Amino acid sequence: MEPKTAPEKFIVPIGPQHPALKEPGHFEFTVEGEVVTNATARLGFVHRGMEKGAENRTWIQDLYLMERVCGICSHVHALAFALGVEKLAGVQAPPRAQAIRELVSELERIHSHLLWLGVAAHEGGFDTLFMFSWRDRETVMDLLETISGNRVNYSANVLGGVKIDISEKQADAIRKGMDFLEERTKHYLKVVTEDETFLGRTRNIGVMTFEQADFLGAIGPTGRASGVKRDVRVDSPYTAYNDFPVKLVTHTHGDLEARFIVRIQELYESYRLVRELVDKMPTGDLTVRVPRRIPEGEVISRVEAPRGELLYFLKSNGSDTPERVKVRTPSLCNWSSVLVTAVGHNLADMPMILAGIDPCFSCNDRIVTVNRKTDSTQMDWEDLRQYGIEYYK
Amino acid sequence: MENMMQGVMNKVKTWARINSPWAIHYNSGSCNGCDIEILATLTPRFDVERFGIKLQGSPRHADVLICTGPVTLQSRDRLVRIYNQMPEPKFVVAVGSCGISGGVFQGCYNVVGDISEVIPVNVYIPGCPPRPEAIIHGVVELLKSLQP
Repeated sequence: MEPKTAPEKFIVPIGPQHPALKEPGHFEFTVEGEVVTNATARLGFVHRGMEKGAENRTWIQDLYLMERVCGICSHVHALAFALGVEKLAGVQAPPRAQAIRELVSELERIHSHLLWLGVAAHEGGFDTLFMFSWRDRETVMDLLETISGNRVNYSANVLGGVKIDISEKQADAIRKGMDFLEERTKHYLKVVTEDETFLGRTRNIGVMTFEQADFLGAIGPTGRASGVKRDVRVDSPYTAYNDFPVKLVTHTHGDLEARFIVRIQELYESYRLVRELVDKMPTGDLTVRVPRRIPEGEVISRVEAPRGELLYFLKSNGSDTPERVKVRTPSLCNWSSVLVTAVGHNLADMPMILAGIDPCFSCNDRIVTVNRKTDSTQMDWEDLRQYGIEYYK
Repeated sequence: MENMMQGVMNKVKTWARINSPWAIHYNSGSCNGCDIEILATLTPRFDVERFGIKLQGSPRHADVLICTGPVTLQSRDRLVRIYNQMPEPKFVVAVGSCGISGGVFQGCYNVVGDISEVIPVNVYIPGCPPRPEAIIHGVVELLKSLQP
């Protein structure tokens, strides 16, 4: 974050209110002519203090709070939290509930990837694709509304299961929606791999090699586009991913085109999985009983959000409120990859490279870094916690 | 004579303003849910541009500030700055439950509160998040209130 003071260099500040991304983030690009030589990001505009807030609410209230970490991938946040709490309580949701959880996860992935496809195309100045993909995205939004009653925060999870059921009529609507979207997605894959103008903005832009991606800890589709074979759904299946496995989609080029291709091919996987789920949905109950007071313990629960691995750490002290909730979201892990790949590209490519990782600010803005250079005393876990409690009193 | 001219000019200004309000969107700490629904109002199914409503990049060109989410400590100054940069007359639309009351984020340490604690708000649109139809309805209500 050192300011460059050489006279020929010029810093272009972008944000936090800017037309390109819909969320606040501040970037400074140092340019020499048109070429970017250094990039820094300042995040934290959407930091609300939810992890701390979660400690003052009960486990059940937290489910709704955690769903609002991010509006785009709301289901996976609630899912990761619910899975963690269930593990602590020593219960397991019934098979039908697990299948419905996976179904909603995949529908959410479809909505998120189509949303990203549109936004990324918009950043590249290709508004026609933006409008098309958002029009088709309404299909999956309708399906989510049909099964859950809300377009964005579906609130499908409860501790110990799900609160929504899939009827035969809804299953038919889902099948029809998938057929329509699959046809459209074929078209999109053709556009992003064949359209000459669009390829000019994506091919060999923002290249991240496998070594870089591995070193920077890139995850999710961003990492998979560089050949990082990591996907929680495959590596450690949760909910019903054991019975309904997903195929890992990777690419080797690591440029923006590869990120488009990986996400679009993941869409096909999601369509296949959604069809399979509605066809072979297990029967049975939707919930099991979860105690109000969760037994003492610590747990880590991992799920694959549309943007990559999402990790929840939960600590319970045996009461009806959590002792500690820690969330690590995929967007934060991918930021460093942007700042590294940005160097050497034209300023005009920046919006595309920024959008390439599918950044989600409300996800990653829950982190505070405390840099205490003067104070070198070591704090253990309990001291740190006490410090936090005193500080925010 | 001068008064009459001014009256006519004012009428023309109101007519122009109602027929094509330009909006800017700022997320002051929301979860993104409202923001994607605002974006959805611009896309083919809802398409607010047919009413002359256009999302603008710069606050200096905008008439309406569409604001989402509770106001965080970090974004408070920015929100006030954007509001001050907008030319008069300006209107503020608060979208979502958080913008009205702080919503689920009430009591979080980094949250100042709702939008009306920082800048004056003309229209509130409730919902978590409000449907695109509700957002369009809210903006239409704002335009109706501007009718002389």
